[in-house]
Amino acid sequence: MKVVVLIKQTPDTAELPKVSADDVRAGKVKATMVINPWDEYAAEEAIQLGDRFDFDSVAISMGSPEAVEALKHALAMGVGAAALVDNTALTGGDLFTTADALAAAIAAQGAVDLVLCGKQSVDDNGGAVYAGVAVKLGWPLVTGVTKIVDVANGRITVERLVEGGQEVLSVPLPAVVSVGKEINDPRYPSFMGIRKASKANIPATAAASLGVASGAGRTSWTNVRKPEERKSKVVMIDGASAQEKAAKLADALIAEKVI
Amino acid sequence: MSVLVWVEQTKSGPVASSWEVLGKGRQLADALGTQLVAAVIGGETAKTAEEATKYGADEVLTLTDGALADYRLSAYAAALTQAVGAAGATVVLAAGTTRGREVTAMVAAQLGAGLAPDAIDLKVDGGKLVAVRSVYSNNILADIVYSSAVQVASVRPRSFPMPEAGAAKGAVKAVAPNLGAVAEQIVEVRSTDTGEVSLTDASKIVSGGRGVAQDPAKGFALITELAGVLGAAVGASRAAVDAGYIPYKYQVGQTGKTVKPDLYIAAGISGAIQHLAGMGGSKVIVAINKDAEAPIFEKASYGIVGDLYEVVPALTTEFKKRIG
Ligand SMILES: Cc1cc2nc3c(=O)[nH]c(=O)nc-3n(C[C@H](O)[C@H](O)[C@H](O)COP(=O)(O)OP(=O)(O)OC[C@H]3O[C@@H](n4cnc5c(N)ncnc54)[C@H](O)[C@@H]3O)c2cc1C
Ligand SMILES: Nc1ncnc2c1ncn2[C@@H]1O[C@H](COP(=O)(O)O)[C@@H](O)[C@H]1O
Repeated sequence: MKVVVLIKQTPDTAELPKVSADDVRAGKVKATMVINPWDEYAAEEAIQLGDRFDFDSVAISMGSPEAVEALKHALAMGVGAAALVDNTALTGGDLFTTADALAAAIAAQGAVDLVLCGKQSVDDNGGAVYAGVAVKLGWPLVTGVTKIVDVANGRITVERLVEGGQEVLSVPLPAVVSVGKEINDPRYPSFMGIRKASKANIPATAAASLGVASGAGRTSWTNVRKPEERKSKVVMIDGASAQEKAAKLADALIAEKVI
Repeated sequence: MSVLVWVEQTKSGPVASSWEVLGKGRQLADALGTQLVAAVIGGETAKTAEEATKYGADEVLTLTDGALADYRLSAYAAALTQAVGAAGATVVLAAGTTRGREVTAMVAAQLGAGLAPDAIDLKVDGGKLVAVRSVYSNNILADIVYSSAVQVASVRPRSFPMPEAGAAKGAVKAVAPNLGAVAEQIVEVRSTDTGEVSLTDASKIVSGGRGVAQDPAKGFALITELAGVLGAAVGASRAAVDAGYIPYKYQVGQTGKTVKPDLYIAAGISGAIQHLAGMGGSKVIVAINKDAEAPIFEKASYGIVGDLYEVVPALTTEFKKRIG
């Protein structure tokens, strides 16, 4: 059996506040780029499925040629192979363009039983690409999975969390699954893993040769801007005792009508 | 043409943030000169449908079927896609709950429509929908414009005010669901509903961080007590979650929940960028920290330098005096 894990390269979360509107508009942010933190959970789960159910694992990313670094992180963790969809020449796309390209890259892998994704990307924050992938492939989607209970008889059984409840579901394979962070503790790449990954051959395919054309987006971003900074300067509440400070704060909050 | 809003319901009734979206839907429909249609999907739909007529829907479509009694994505996406057709909708909206986000994504994918996930504002420009999104973990804003005929968005809870309920006006119309094969089999559903205020819907939140390390059980007990007096939800930083003081579902921030309360009280939280990413949109932020140099004070509206084990119970006492 084979599992594909979808890995996006995203800015280091600590550097997100520095990302400028100009960079986003130009599609080139100046930040340290890392594996999308949510996708580490998907990569870890793919590796564990290898141990539990003998899955072969392949990491696929769409991005610039530099995105191979995120794939190498997955390889260094222990994912079996990797492939890049090079989107350098692709313009005017949106999240469904990404989904279409990823679906085509998954199909090109031959028989795939399962696709694992992160919960969302820390830059696009969509939590939506996997829906596009699932619909394009015609496979069921389960999101927010916190445990893979079993893979048997052509079905996968999973636990997931929704508001107010926890449910156990089973869907037929092949399927697309996004994982939540309760699912595992992603391992750090080992020294040996890093060495192996640095020598790995990662094939790159241009998005166009997967049949995905430029200008196909159904939405586009305009008026990209920084949110307004909080202007209010902090009011420090002083007092001789905790009681006195608490009393002053309570009065202030009631005066603000937030209580 | 119409604006269609999915009014989500759970076992405990309609989801409050759906009404926020329906209220906004009314304004958008008026700006577009079209009808506002609500869709209610479930095993039972009558009660929620009746309520929807009071929040400004011109028409309410009900899709009722035993197979919809328990939520399953493929079935709900099929039902909502059907409602879009029945309503001739060009704008499709839902509250950005876990379910609302995945259902709208599936419907947009199935219809070849554009999608704005987790929008924080909606407007009409030149007869088309424009959705404002907060991306790069709340560090960049962008307007999403659509080139597709159907325009889909999920809406972050608390982006719009709760509308006033008025006299019932819209007509309720049943649409027979045509669900096809439903992929998901439900093996078990465990309710974890403890009746507590959900973080994303909360208008007040009291959060604790690693500052409770000295006695985490007591620290969160004091925080929960303050939250109780204020009718607030309890939240936490990742450090508190990682240390096992409180479960992950309480985590606020980049890799937790994005919240937007009127009041956010952070006790023993330093104010790391990833925490601020989740709560920076709060109207009033109160920071309680024993370190006067803690970065949280730069983002706070009010600050108290002090020990949370003293300040939090003192606040509980003071609020009890004032609001009973
Ligand atoms: C990829 C990634 C994602 C992340 N996602 C999140 C996220 O979603 N949410 C999140 O919160 N963090 C997240 N983090 C972690 C974040 O960087 C911080 O480590 C975390 O927010 C710190 O939590 P804290 O403020 O509780 O702890 P600390 O930074 O240790 O701060 C504790 C504070 O408590 C104060 N204190 C101690 N004792 C007392 C006392 N008795 N009374 C009052 N004050 C006291 C201290 O002065 C200090 O300021 C993420 C990090 C990464 C790398
Ligand atoms: N460019 C990409 N390459 C590979 N995987 C992606 C890409 N974009 C999104 N994904 C996957 O889809 C998930 C959700 O992303 P998003 O919809 O952008 O929030 C991510 O966690 C990844 O697993």
